[in-house]
Amino acid sequence: MDLKNLYSQIITENSRAAHNRRPVPGATVSLEGNNPSCGDDIVLQVKIENGVIEDLGFIGTGCAISQASASLMIDLIKGKNVEEAKELVDLYLRMIKVEADEDEYIDRLEDCSALAGVSKVPARVKCAVLAWHTLEDALNNQNV
Amino acid sequence: MLSQNYKKDFKILNKSENDMRLVYLDNAATTQKPDAVLDAVSRYYTYDNANPHRGVYELAMRATDVHENARHVIAAFLNAERDEEIIFTRNATEALNLVAYSYGLANLKAGDEIAVAVSEHHSNMVPWQRVAEVTGAKVVYLYPNESGEYTKEELTSKIGRTTKILAMAHVSNVLGIENPVKLATRLVHQNGGIAVIDCAQSVAHMKVDVRDIDADFVAFSGHKIYAPMGIGVLYGKYALLDSMPPFLSGGDMISHVHESGTTYAKPPRKFEAGTCNLGAEAGLVEAIRYVEAIGLDKIREHETYLSELAVKGLNDLGGVDIYPSVSSKGRSLISFNINAVHPHDAATILDSYGVCVRAGHHCAEPLMERLGIGSCLRASFAVYNDIEDVDVFIRSVEQTRKVMGIGS
Repeated sequence: MDLKNLYSQIITENSRAAHNRRPVPGATVSLEGNNPSCGDDIVLQVKIENGVIEDLGFIGTGCAISQASASLMIDLIKGKNVEEAKELVDLYLRMIKVEADEDEYIDRLEDCSALAGVSKVPARVKCAVLAWHTLEDALNNQNV
Repeated sequence: MLSQNYKKDFKILNKSENDMRLVYLDNAATTQKPDAVLDAVSRYYTYDNANPHRGVYELAMRATDVHENARHVIAAFLNAERDEEIIFTRNATEALNLVAYSYGLANLKAGDEIAVAVSEHHSNMVPWQRVAEVTGAKVVYLYPNESGEYTKEELTSKIGRTTKILAMAHVSNVLGIENPVKLATRLVHQNGGIAVIDCAQSVAHMKVDVRDIDADFVAFSGHKIYAPMGIGVLYGKYALLDSMPPFLSGGDMISHVHESGTTYAKPPRKFEAGTCNLGAEAGLVEAIRYVEAIGLDKIREHETYLSELAVKGLNDLGGVDIYPSVSSKGRSLISFNINAVHPHDAATILDSYGVCVRAGHHCAEPLMERLGIGSCLRASFAVYNDIEDVDVFIRSVEQTRKVMGIGS
């Protein structure tokens, strides 16, 4: 197992980053995501206006991988329109399943591509996708 | 310390994991199986397999003998009064559900209390919550002190004349400390109630004597005592078992079935509907032989020694919280957290050093809430662990903060 790849500096630092850990004033969608077997638990809040994701934040606890992936996701998605966000979520989930083209995900997912190494540690995949599945549900649940 | 190294009896322990020597410290979840147990399972299916209690041919008689001999060996192992007090189940969870749904539903009513230790595994808690919901009985929780111990004061203040059932583990799967089950059983008996003791975490690590505890029901899982998965045991006092309605119904648990109704077999068969897991029973018999040959007192001494060595190692490292932090009693396992490192990250990092530990809430969420944590790590020991395992474990814990980029 390549620990340096799994726990790269991008991941360990972002797991402790505080800038996205906050409730979102005027959020249009708020959704909880959890992994019952391990206790990861996040609430993701999203504010969507005119088809654009104006703001996102999350509150919760969990391992470094789940927390870093939530924070990095928010950095990537903020300001994007809903359709583009859905594409990025799909690309990220395909990256974790090793079904995405490496050049494409490095280019479009930016720092989130640091989580690609999780695909080699099947036990931790659910940590890496928690926030993304929650966002996917939130985007599908809102009426735009 | 045991004078012999038992790793040689377990093929899996001599294989590498992540290109490292496997250091298996998740024995409270399930133990590895010695060759002798695997051979016993294979021997049953190779030479003696048939459906017990049904056929009249020689082979079916041999299968019946395997089944009833297993019951006899387990009865002697637990010091039960008679073989008929031993019921085969899939695991301890099923055994505890049997007691809750058969004895509990038939005997509880509104106003009755069920005293449940808050450190119970969900399997000796959730069935009682469900039965309480149906019957109108109330679940009253017992709380341990800061040393993880249930004091006499706590027991006497919670167990009273309305207490009909006490549910307590012999050893908690998180705290790893022997609970005062004998005292608690005596108190509940004085009040006319019964005691249900979960021995899943004790039976492989110390002598369990059901008559010494005077427990009314005792449950354990085979797979935590070197036997295969899928076999569990419920011990129950015969008079209680005889008075209880069946749990599961169907084949082999009846006396006669007519269109107008059914009469049931006597215990234990009343509680063993359907074909039992004889291969696993044969494995369990061999597993009991295995631990008895080593000696449960010696096993306890060995595991307590390793556990204390590990506690000392963790305390020397610093930056580690152990639950409970101090214990005057020996512990058979260690639950802990590494400061600023989530248990799942720690477990992944330990895994990269070949060290298998459990991370999570250990099916004991109410205890986690009491401890003020969401989850923790747990290292638990067995006969085959040695000082080198403890060394590798401590060195891998030391690496976790470095890997996570936290200054020491």
